[in-house]
Amino acid sequence: MVKLGFQKEKVRDFDPTFSSSKDEFTIALSGNANVGKSVIFNQLTGSNQIVGNWPGKTVEKAEGKLYFQGQKIHVIDLPGIYSFSTFSMEEIVSREYIAHEKPDVVINVLDASVLERNLFFTLQLMEMEVPLVVCINQVDIARQKGIIIDEKKLEKALGVPVVFTVAVRGEGLRKLIEKAVKAAEKPKKVPEIIKYGGEVEKRIESLSEMISSKKTSLNYSNRWMAIKILENDPEIIKNIKKESPEIISYANQLAYEIEKIHQEPSFAVMASERYTLANLIASGAQVQTKIDIPFSERLDKILTHPVLGYFTSALVIIGLLLWTFTIGDFLEGILSNAFSFFQPVDPQFSGAITAILWNGAFGGIVAGVTLIIPFVIPFYLLLSYIENSGLLTRVAFMMDSFMHKIGLHGKALIPLILGYGCNVPAIDSTRILETRRERLLAAFAITFAPCAARTILILGLVAIFVNIWWALGLYVLDLIIIFIMGRIALKATPGESTGLIMEMHTLKLPSFSVILKQTWARTKSLIYLVFPIYIVGSAIIQAFYALGVLEPVSNFMAPLTVGLLGLPVFAGVLLIVGAVRKEFILLTLVSFVGTDLSLALNPTQFIVLAIVGMLYLPCFSTIAILIKEFGWKAASVITGANFATALVVGGLFAKILPYFL
Amino acid sequence: MSDNESISENIEEYLEVIYKVSLEEKKPVTTSNISKNLNIAPGSVTQMLKKLDKRGYVHYSPYKGAVLTEKGLKVASKVTRKHRLLERFLNDILKLKKDKIHSEACQMEHALSDDAERALCQLLEQPDQCPDEAPIPACDFKFDSCEECLERKHEDVEEVGSRDENLISVISLGENEVGRVSFIRGDYKVIRRLMDMGITIGAMVSVIKLAPFKGPVEVSVRGSKLALGRDIAKNVFVELIDCESKDEDGALVHG
Ligand SMILES: Nc1nc2c(ncn2[C@@H]2O[C@H](COP(=O)(O)OP(=O)(O)OP(=O)(O)O)[C@@H](O)[C@H]2O)c(=O)[nH]1
Ligand SMILES: [Mg+2]
Ligand SMILES: [Zn+2]
Ligand SMILES: [Zn+2]
Repeated sequence: MVKLGFQKEKVRDFDPTFSSSKDEFTIALSGNANVGKSVIFNQLTGSNQIVGNWPGKTVEKAEGKLYFQGQKIHVIDLPGIYSFSTFSMEEIVSREYIAHEKPDVVINVLDASVLERNLFFTLQLMEMEVPLVVCINQVDIARQKGIIIDEKKLEKALGVPVVFTVAVRGEGLRKLIEKAVKAAEKPKKVPEIIKYGGEVEKRIESLSEMISSKKTSLNYSNRWMAIKILENDPEIIKNIKKESPEIISYANQLAYEIEKIHQEPSFAVMASERYTLANLIASGAQVQTKIDIPFSERLDKILTHPVLGYFTSALVIIGLLLWTFTIGDFLEGILSNAFSFFQPVDPQFSGAITAILWNGAFGGIVAGVTLIIPFVIPFYLLLSYIENSGLLTRVAFMMDSFMHKIGLHGKALIPLILGYGCNVPAIDSTRILETRRERLLAAFAITFAPCAARTILILGLVAIFVNIWWALGLYVLDLIIIFIMGRIALKATPGESTGLIMEMHTLKLPSFSVILKQTWARTKSLIYLVFPIYIVGSAIIQAFYALGVLEPVSNFMAPLTVGLLGLPVFAGVLLIVGAVRKEFILLTLVSFVGTDLSLALNPTQFIVLAIVGMLYLPCFSTIAILIKEFGWKAASVITGANFATALVVGGLFAKILPYFL
Repeated sequence: MSDNESISENIEEYLEVIYKVSLEEKKPVTTSNISKNLNIAPGSVTQMLKKLDKRGYVHYSPYKGAVLTEKGLKVASKVTRKHRLLERFLNDILKLKKDKIHSEACQMEHALSDDAERALCQLLEQPDQCPDEAPIPACDFKFDSCEECLERKHEDVEEVGSRDENLISVISLGENEVGRVSFIRGDYKVIRRLMDMGITIGAMVSVIKLAPFKGPVEVSVRGSKLALGRDIAKNVFVELIDCESKDEDGALVHG
C-alpha cells in the first residue's frame, strides 16, 4: 500500500548501482476475475489500473515497478482467469504470460468469500509448478458473510505461503511482498498435492514417460504436459503434434481408456477431481458461522427482483445521465458567471493578431473549465461508484434477454454503459465477449453510445439553448438508434450467439478512496489531453476565421449542411473540426458567435446540429481503436453506418421539427 | 394392435398432457384442463385418472387434480422427449407442413424404440427444443454429456443402462431445492466453461433467481453465484436431492 510507505522506501531503499540478478525480479498477480488483483497492483506500484466490481476489467497485462528493501520488483497485473483450459481472449493473455514468460513468483489472489471455486485455479497453478504465494484477499467481505478461514490450516494443506489481505485498506500487503520476495530468492519446489484417481494417475505417468523419451522442445514439465494433453488442451496438443504426433495418438488411446472407465470425458474427470480436492481443502480450512442475512444480500433481492429489478436497472442507466445533467447544469451556471465577471467572452475577429489569438485561447480555457469541471467530474464520480458497487452485473443480468434482441448477451451491456464515459476503453473491454462477431456487434453499438463528449454537445447545445427535456429526449432517441442499428447489424452478420456465463460478485459499498482515485485519474488524463487541444485549437480556429480561410470550406459543404440539414453555412466547418473531438463543434461555435449561441441558431437548428454532431462519426481515437481491434474494413463500415444514420435522422428532424417548435 | 398396448398408448397420452400442463402451471392439473387438452369427456378423464393413481403414475385427488409421481414423470418425460424429437425430425428433415407435425408425432412417439430415439437425437445434433420452442427433456440413459453419448456409439442403450432418478433442468428447480448436476447437454466449449466455473458432474446447485422474459438464471454453486443464460441453464440437468421438506404430493410440484 502506498500508505505503508513503499513510496518513501523508493527514495530510501533504491540504489541504482545495486543490481545483481536477484535484486531485480518479476512478480505476477494472477487469479480469478474480480478478486482484487488490480487494487493490489495499484497499491504496490502507484498505478491507475481500472478497478470495479465486475469481472473482466483488466484485459491486457500491465506492468509497474516497486522498490522494496533495495530490490527492484517488476509487478505484472494480469486479466482474471478461471482455468488454464480457457477460450476467452483476455484469459489467454494470462495463460500465455504465466506459461511462457515465467515470472519469478506468481501471487495467486483469491476471493476469501468464494474459497473453493478460487482454489480450483490455485491447484492448476501448483500443477504447473510455478513458484507461488497465495493471497487470500477480501477477508473483510468473507467475515461479513460469516466465513472464517484458518490461515495455518490452509497453509499446511496447500504447502505454499499464504497471506491474508484486505487490499482496499492496504492490510497485509507488506507481508505479502515480504513472502513473495522470500519465495523469489529461495524458490522451493511446489508440492505435488493433486493426485488423481489410480487409473488416471497411471495414464498420466505413462504419457509423461513417453513425452520425456521423445524430448520435446517445449519448456514445461512432462507431467503438466501429459495432464494437459489428456485434458484435450488445444494449444499444447497443437504444439506437440508439430514435433511428435505419436504422443498425441497414444494420448488419445489413454484418454479413451479413462473415458471408458469413468464414463465421462477425460477433461470432465480431471475437473471433477480437482474440484473434489478444492472442496476438501476449503472445507477443512474454513468455517461458516451463523449470521443475519447481510445487507448486500437483501439489496441484491431488490436489484434482481422480477419487477423492481427493471426499475433499478433503468434508474442506473438514466440516473447516471440525470445526475450529470442536474449537477452539471448547476455548476456550469456558477462557473460561467464567475468567468464573465473577469472578461466578457466574445469573439474578436479584427485587431492585432495577438489579441485575436489570446481571445481564442481564453475562450478555450473557459470552455474547458466550464465543460470538464461541471459535467465530466460528476459523471466520472457516479460512473466509478456504479462500477465499484457491483450494480453493473445486476443490470447485465436483468437486461440479458433484451440484449439478445441485438445478438448479444447481458455481459455486453457493461461495455455499452462504459461507453457513456468514453468509447475507447469501452471498445477495449468488449474483450470480455466470447467471439469476434459479438465483439464487433458490441463495438458497433458502442460507437452510438452517448459518450462524455456527446453529452457535452447535447448539454451545451440543447439543454442550455432549447430546454432540458429536449436534451433528455435526444438521449432516448440515441438509445432507440442503438437498438435499431443493433438489429440491422445483427441481420447483416448472421451467426450463432453465445449464452451468458458470468459470475455475480457480492455487492459492495464502494471504497471512497478507490472512487476518488479513479475519478481523478480519468479526469487528469482528460485534462492533459484535452485542455491543450482546446486552448490551441480554439486560438487557431479564431485566427483562421479572422483570416477568412474557413469560408470556402463551409461553402463547399453547403448542399449538405444547408440543403439537407437546414443549418447555417458555417456548420460545415463545425463538422470538420468535430471529427477530432466532438466538443470542438461547440467550441468552434463559441469562437464564431460568442457564448450566446441563440444569436446564430434557432431551436430546430440546435437540435439538428446536436443530433448530427452526436452521430455523424466516431471520434478519431475511437476510429483508431476500431482499426486496431477489427481492421480497416470493419472500421470503415462502422464509420460509414454512423455517417449515414446521422444524415437520415438529422435530415428527418430538420424537416419535422419546425412543426413542433 | 393388442388391447394391452392401446391402453399403454392411452396412458402415455394422458401423462404427456399432465407433464406439459404441470410444467407450465406448477400446480396440480385439473380434470377439466386435461379434458380440454385431450378432447375427452370429463367423466372419462376422471375414470382414467383414478386408474392412473391406482397404477402409481399420478397422485389424484378429485378436488385438486392430478400430480405426476416419480414413476409417472419418468414415462411422461420420455414420451414427451420422443414426441418433440419426432416433431423436430418431421419439421427439419422431412419438412412436413407445420400443422401436420403435432398429430403425426403423436402417432409415432409410442412406437419409437429407445435406440431409435438416441439415433434421432444424434442425427438432429442434440436439439434442445421442439419447433414451437418447448424444451426437449434430457434422455434417461446413463450419460453425463452428449460427447459421451457420441463416443459410445457402438454400445446400444441396453448396454449403457438407464438412470434410476428423473432428471430435471436447473431452470425447473424451485426455491430452496437443491439438485446434483448429472447431465449437461450441449457444445463442448460451453460444458468446459461450466465445469471450470464449478458446475461439474456431481456438483450441488440451487437456483437463486430466474429473470423474467426468458432471462438468465442465477444459481449458487460451490459458494459462488453464477448467472447463466436461459439457453445454457436449460441444458444443465440435475437430480433433485431429497431435502427433508420434499413435497409429498409428487415430483413436479415445487415450492
Ligand atoms: N471490501 C473489499 N473490497 C475489495 C478488496 N479488494 C478488492 N476489492 C474490490 O473488489 C473489486 C475488484 O477489484 P479489482 O482489483 O478490480 O479486481 P481484479 O482482480 O483486478 O479484477 P479483473 O481485472 O476484472 O480480473 C473492486 O471493486 C475493489 O474495490 C478487499 O480486500 N475488500
Ligand atoms: Mg484487474
Ligand atoms: Zn403425444
Ligand atoms: Zn412441440
